[in-house]
Amino acid sequence: MSDFFSVFGLERRLAIDVAALQRRFYELSRRWHPDFHHAAPPDEQARVLEESARVNAAYRALRDPLARVEYLIRLEEGRETKEGAAVKPKAPPQLLAEMFEIQEALEEARAGALDDATRASLTAQREALRARMAETEARVAGPLSQAWDAAAAGQRPAALAALKEALATRAYLRTVIDDLGAVLDGMEEERDVAHRRD
Amino acid sequence: MSRIVGIDLGTTNSLVAYVDDRTGLPVVIPDRDGRRLLPSVVGFTPDGIVVGEAARRQLARRPADTVYSVKRLMGRGWEDVKDELRYLPFRVLPAEGVLKLAVGDREVTPPEVSAIVLRALKERAEAHFGEPVERAVVTVPAYFNDSQRQATKDAGRIAGLDVVRIVNEPTAASLAYGLHRLGQGVVAVYDLGGGTFDISLLRVKDGIFEVLATNGDTHLGGDDIDRALMLWLLDDVQTRHRAELTRDGVDLAADPEAMQELRLAAEAAKIRLSSEEQTTLTLPFAGFTYRRTITRAELERLVEPLVARTLGPCRQALADAGLSASDIDEIVLVGGSTRVPLVRRRVQELFGKTPHSQLNPDEVVALGAAVQAQILAGGIKDMLLLDVTPLSLGIETLGGIVSVLIARNTTIPTSAREMFTTSVDGQTVVDMHVLQGERELAKDCRSLARFELRGIDPMPAGMPKIEVTFLIDANGILQVQAREQRTGKAASIEVKPSHGLTEADVERMVEESFTYAEADVETRLLIETRNEADTVLTHVGRALRQAGSLLAADERARIEAAVAALREARDREDRDAIRDRTTDLNHATEQLAERMMDAALKGALGTRRAEEITGPGGSRGDGKT
Repeated sequence: MSDFFSVFGLERRLAIDVAALQRRFYELSRRWHPDFHHAAPPDEQARVLEESARVNAAYRALRDPLARVEYLIRLEEGRETKEGAAVKPKAPPQLLAEMFEIQEALEEARAGALDDATRASLTAQREALRARMAETEARVAGPLSQAWDAAAAGQRPAALAALKEALATRAYLRTVIDDLGAVLDGMEEERDVAHRRD
Repeated sequence: MSRIVGIDLGTTNSLVAYVDDRTGLPVVIPDRDGRRLLPSVVGFTPDGIVVGEAARRQLARRPADTVYSVKRLMGRGWEDVKDELRYLPFRVLPAEGVLKLAVGDREVTPPEVSAIVLRALKERAEAHFGEPVERAVVTVPAYFNDSQRQATKDAGRIAGLDVVRIVNEPTAASLAYGLHRLGQGVVAVYDLGGGTFDISLLRVKDGIFEVLATNGDTHLGGDDIDRALMLWLLDDVQTRHRAELTRDGVDLAADPEAMQELRLAAEAAKIRLSSEEQTTLTLPFAGFTYRRTITRAELERLVEPLVARTLGPCRQALADAGLSASDIDEIVLVGGSTRVPLVRRRVQELFGKTPHSQLNPDEVVALGAAVQAQILAGGIKDMLLLDVTPLSLGIETLGGIVSVLIARNTTIPTSAREMFTTSVDGQTVVDMHVLQGERELAKDCRSLARFELRGIDPMPAGMPKIEVTFLIDANGILQVQAREQRTGKAASIEVKPSHGLTEADVERMVEESFTYAEADVETRLLIETRNEADTVLTHVGRALRQAGSLLAADERARIEAAVAALREARDREDRDAIRDRTTDLNHATEQLAERMMDAALKGALGTRRAEEITGPGGSRGDGKT
């Protein structure tokens, strides 16, 4: 099966003109959306449904620079069929060591010992981690993506590995930030309310 | 092919609309009396089923047999609604799977009740067009899950309607606005209806309406405002009239009729307080009259926490779309509850802009459904709605953890594939548990269905490779297909919906509804024939009193015999007999009518001018003579 890049007539490259991608997505939607094939015979409708689902999945995978990298990794590793699966985060060991202190503070805070000083310190650390996550994201979408596009065939595995590690770092940072949020402002609770389905 | 109508099947009111071919604009179809809204209320009486205004009027008289707000029960299980049941005057039976209501002398499911509302709208449209209407676009809250959507589709089938598309209410509203009033940009649709809340963010560009994110609460709406005010009023009545209540030994909270009166009074007061600063309630109870002035500020104190509950979903939708409030170019208000001034203020504060409300918030969803119907019929080619699935879809894996296959806010149609295999040698059946929701554990998510893949060839464990495709179609409804990869053979799937009707249930209800429908038509014709007979009897009675002296004795006796025969037939069920006796009586009175006319003319020529008799001031019963 053709990959998502080819759905839009694109090369397998991470640099994508998002405005052009959106225009192409709208064109393909007009071509394939089931609304415009309502009177078609059932087998034609089934095909339309499949094509339309594929166009939507392709756009979702490519419109966001980070999702695009995640898709590229799955594609390069031959895991394209698992469209819903995310990259399994395997954080760099050095990052784990670095976070040891925060994790310990978190443990204590969860046990009920969140004094003002700890709160202030954790809040500051969360800010630092947020900045670091944004920086990691910028690196993935910017230089690391450009490096993969520019790499010759032989260098691609290394470029891909760098992308993977950066994504794993980001995933881990996000987990820690979420954990901090749960302790600092009960984000978890608020999220449950936002998603209540009764 | 027959035309497609757009239907807003609301918690409180329902409407049907279509796009006028001449103007290209959507219009609501009124009933014979010009009413546009059909109250979504169904009454079960010994004489038959009543729906709409007639059912609404009997809410306080027959609380146990009159079903309202059934939309809140669609696609739900006993566990979902048991906390709320004490506020409902009709009985809901505890059971596994689909809910059952005990009304009159029968048990009905929520889709069957909704089907009665849908059929009334179908008949309204058929009367308007003078031809059968069999296809409809029906709207649902954007945050409805798969079970709730499926239940809505089932209701359509039971009503004899092919629901060709389920459309989300806020997106439908954006289509109605989009025809003329929206520019290009990002639009937030804030939809607070009778029972549900939705927020949808869309990008509108070159005729494409792309939903970026949606969120909501399918159990939050005007009903909750009414309930809060009702409980407040109840408390107040009990405080102020404790003496009378104690004296008469009355417990208002245990009296369904009194509670319905309070609820209806609360609803009416809420509506008045949207345009007035204060309003006075007068409620006659047995033994005393409750009188009380309520100010808008008092109502707002009760409404505030409910409005606050809508802001969380708004923020989540913004976050999911990667937008901040200042990125929103236009805001559209939908749903009757957005008439509440406090709701408008809070929405305006959140987005920092004045919302649109040019289109009637009660009608805009039906108008949008009509636009979508016209798109499907091929009558509009430049507009396209790209909607999303509101909830993540996943399957239960080891340890009760949910593995997400399709994330929320994914554009639909969309599909995901997953490989399954066996864990025991020779296993021929594989189970899957499909869920919707954002939580990690299966027990915290919404169970949609259990699927059984059957007919797997016996092989060593792990050998079969079954590829299962989960497809969410443009209605937001899940379809599942499975294929054994080795043999390419399609695996058969048995679906056990967790809270829905089975295919067999729906088939049976479709058939039963046909029998009901015929019985209903019979009943209606009988009532009409009786009405006709009553009219004739009244006229003849009056004529005999006025002009009986003009008749010979035998003539008079013949008429009186015909009257007696019709009276006797009228009280039986035989419609043909009533009609025949009515004709007989008309024949028997022909001479009488002639004589009366002669006498009138003679009298008129002798003493008065003709126009004085037939003129506007005349109180003649029958203007034709």
